[in-house]
Amino acid sequence: MLRRLPPSATHLLAALAGLVLLVLLTFLTDPFTNLRIATVGYYLIAVAGLALLTGFNGQISLGHGAFMFIGAYTVALLVLRVPALPIWVDLLLAAVAGGLAGLLAGAAAARLRGPYLAGATLALAVGLPAVTQRFPDLLAGSNGLSFTVNSQPAALSAVPATRWQAWIVWLAVLLALVVLANLARGRLGRTLRAVRDDEVAASLAGIHVGRTKILAFLVSSACGGLAGGLQAFLLGTAAPGSFTPALSLSLLAALVLGGLGSLWGALWGAIALVYVQVWTDDLAELFSLRSNLSDNLPLALYGVVLIVIVLAFPAGIQGGLHKVWTRVRRPAPSHRGEQ
Amino acid sequence: MRNKRSAVAVALATALVISGCGGAGETPADGGQKGEAAPGVTDTEVVIGTHQPLTGPAAPGYSKISVGARAVYDHLNDGGGINGRKITYKVEDDGYNPTRTVEVVKKLVLQDKVFAIVGGLGTPTHSKVLDYLTAEGVPDLLVSSGALMWNSPDKHPNTFGYQVDYTREGKVQGQYIKEKFAGKKVGLLVQGDDVGADTQKGLDQFIKPQIVARKTYDPANTDVTPQLSALKAAGAEVLVCECIPAFTALTILTSLKLGYRPQLVVSSIGADPATLTGLVEQFAKQGGSEVSGGALLTGVIGTRYLPSSRAADDPWTKYFRGIHDKYIPKEPFTDTLLYGMVQAYTFGQVLKAAGRDLTRQKLMDAMSSGELKGPGLTPFAFSKDDHAGYTGAMVFRIAADGNVETLQEPRVTDRETGEVTPYEEKRSTPEEISLVGQ
Repeated sequence: MLRRLPPSATHLLAALAGLVLLVLLTFLTDPFTNLRIATVGYYLIAVAGLALLTGFNGQISLGHGAFMFIGAYTVALLVLRVPALPIWVDLLLAAVAGGLAGLLAGAAAARLRGPYLAGATLALAVGLPAVTQRFPDLLAGSNGLSFTVNSQPAALSAVPATRWQAWIVWLAVLLALVVLANLARGRLGRTLRAVRDDEVAASLAGIHVGRTKILAFLVSSACGGLAGGLQAFLLGTAAPGSFTPALSLSLLAALVLGGLGSLWGALWGAIALVYVQVWTDDLAELFSLRSNLSDNLPLALYGVVLIVIVLAFPAGIQGGLHKVWTRVRRPAPSHRGEQ
Repeated sequence: MRNKRSAVAVALATALVISGCGGAGETPADGGQKGEAAPGVTDTEVVIGTHQPLTGPAAPGYSKISVGARAVYDHLNDGGGINGRKITYKVEDDGYNPTRTVEVVKKLVLQDKVFAIVGGLGTPTHSKVLDYLTAEGVPDLLVSSGALMWNSPDKHPNTFGYQVDYTREGKVQGQYIKEKFAGKKVGLLVQGDDVGADTQKGLDQFIKPQIVARKTYDPANTDVTPQLSALKAAGAEVLVCECIPAFTALTILTSLKLGYRPQLVVSSIGADPATLTGLVEQFAKQGGSEVSGGALLTGVIGTRYLPSSRAADDPWTKYFRGIHDKYIPKEPFTDTLLYGMVQAYTFGQVLKAAGRDLTRQKLMDAMSSGELKGPGLTPFAFSKDDHAGYTGAMVFRIAADGNVETLQEPRVTDRETGEVTPYEEKRSTPEEISLVGQ
C-alpha cells in the first residue's frame, strides 16, 4: 500500500515512525544515553549532507567541519546576543548560515575537481576556526563561547533535560532528512547523479553543471550548519578546538564506512562515529589496558573497522546490508538450481 | 504533490513553534541547586571524576597529571582510605577539545554519578562545563588552570581554583622583569584565551612600557613561526611565554630555527624542565633533527608555586618521591607528575576535613574553611568569599645540568593591584598533615 503513496509522503511517514521509535528509545535509556543518542543525531545530519555532496554528486569535501563551525557559532551568538529568539529559529538560521557559506565555497569549488577540490575544502577546515583568534572580543578566541540553552517548556520540566534535547535534535534531524530524501529521490537527485557520472553527457542533456554542483554544496553545507547548530544546542558550547580538520576527516570516514550512495549509510556512519569510541573505551577499561595504549585505541580501532568494512563491503555497511537483504529476498537462481 | 508538500511543511513548522515557545537564551523560571544528596558516596567508597587531555595537542606533558594523582589515591586507599572510604578516581580523556569535555563531564555526572569533579584540566575546556556543574550542584574542586573565572563564588559557588591565578603570576613575573631586565624590550606569546588576557592584567602593572609586541597562539595550530617572526622583528629581548608545555617546546625550537635567542620567561603551566627536555627532543626528532634538550633549556627562567621535583631536600618532594617509587617507578618523576600528586593530596585533605558524615555541602565547607595547608610553596586563598588557589610564586632558572636554581624566593600577592610581598611563613610538613596511618 505504501508504494502507491508519493515518495515525499513515504519519507514523511518514515520520519514520523522514526521519531516515535526514538522517543520510545529515550524512555528506555538513562539520561546520559539520551545524550549519546542526540549526538548520533547531529552527526547523522552532517554525514547525510555530505552523502548528498560526495555520494550523489561526486564532489569530495574534506572541510565539512567548517560548516559545523559556522552553525555552532551562529547558534552560540544568537543565544548570547538575541536571547529572545526561540531555539528553532536559531537552528534554522544556523542552517541558513551554513548554506550561505556553502554557496560561496561551492561557487569556488565548481571550478575545481578531485584532489584540488579536496585541498580547497581542507583549507577551509584548517583556516576557518582561526577566525576566532582574529575577533577575540566577539568570538572569545581559543576559549570559545559557552552558554545555556533554555528551550524546555515549563510544562515539561519533569522530563530530564537530556531527553528533551534528544527529542529536539532528532525532530530537526528527521525533518532535514525528509527534505534530503525528497531532493535525492526527485529531479535534483537525478541531476546530481548525472553530473557525477559524466559531466559532458550531463551538460549535453541540458543540465547546468556548475549550477548543479553549487546547489549540492548549498544543501550539503546547510546540513552541516544545522549539525553544528544542534551540537551547540546540545552541549552549550562553541569553541574552535572542537572543529579541527580531524572532525571533517572523520565525517568523511563515517560516510565511507556507512556507505557512500545512500542516506541510510549516514545513519550507520554516525552510529559508528559515536559508539566505536564508547565500546573501545569500555573494552579498554574491561581489560584495564595501560593508559598510553587505551587512549589511542578508539582511533586505531575505528581505523581497523573502516578498513575491514571497506574490504568486505566496498559500498559500506549499507551496501553490505543491501546485499544480504536482496540475497534473503531473492535467492540467486544458480543457488536454486543446485537444490 | 507540491501542495501536499507545503501543507506538510506548514504543519511541521507549527509543531516546531509550539515545541519551543520560550526564547533559547532566556533564563528559565526555576532551576538552580539540587538537594543535599551525596551521589557517588557509599559507606566504603567515594567516586570522583576528572577530565584530562590524554590525547591531542595538550597531551604531551599534561597526560601525566592523572598518573601522579592516581598514585596518591592508591597510596591513600592502601592506607585505609579517607574516613574509612576508598577513593575511586575516574579519568576521562577529552583531548583538550571543549565539545568532548562537555560530553565526558556529563558522562561522569549522569552515568558514573561522581561525588565531585577534581582537577578538571584546561581553560578552554573546563569553562564549558562550569555552568553545568553549577546547575547540577556538583563540587568542582582544584580546577587545573589559573584563569580568574574559577574564583567567582557568587556565580559558581561550587568551583574552586588550584593554581596561582594568571594575574598573580603575571604580577610576580612583571615585577621580576622590571627589576632584573630594566629597559629591555619584552615580547609576549600567550594562548589566545583567558591565559593571555588574565596574565596581561598582571604584567601590565609593571612592564607595560617595556612590552613591544603581543602574539597569541591557538592550541589547535602547532605552527608558531609567524608569531615568533613577528616577535623577533619587534626586537623583543625578553620573551614571556604563557604557554602549555607543548607550545613552550615549540617556541624554543622555532626560535632556534629563526636564529632568535631572547631570554625566555615561562609561566608555571609550561615550565617543567623534565617534561620540556623530553618534548623538545621528541619534537625535533619528529622534524628530523637531533637536539640536546638540556642545552636548549639552559638559562630559561620560570615561575612555580609547587616544590620542584629536583629539590631532593624538600620534605614534600621526598614524601611524593616515596609514593612514586612504590606505585609508578617507571614514570619519570617530573614537576607535572608532582602537580597531580599535590592536587590529589590536597583533595585528600579536604575529604578528611569534610568528615565521615559526607555531603557535598560539607565538602565545600571544608574547602572554604581556610584551614587548608598544603604542599605548595605559598598558601591557598580559599575562604568563603575567595575561591582562588595558590596566592603567589617563586622564580627559578634552569641550569646547564638540568637542575633548577632559585632566583627569587616565593612572593605572594592578590589579583588586583595590591603589592607583591615576600612570603616567609613556614610550610607545614608531611608529618603535620599526614592522611595515612592514623
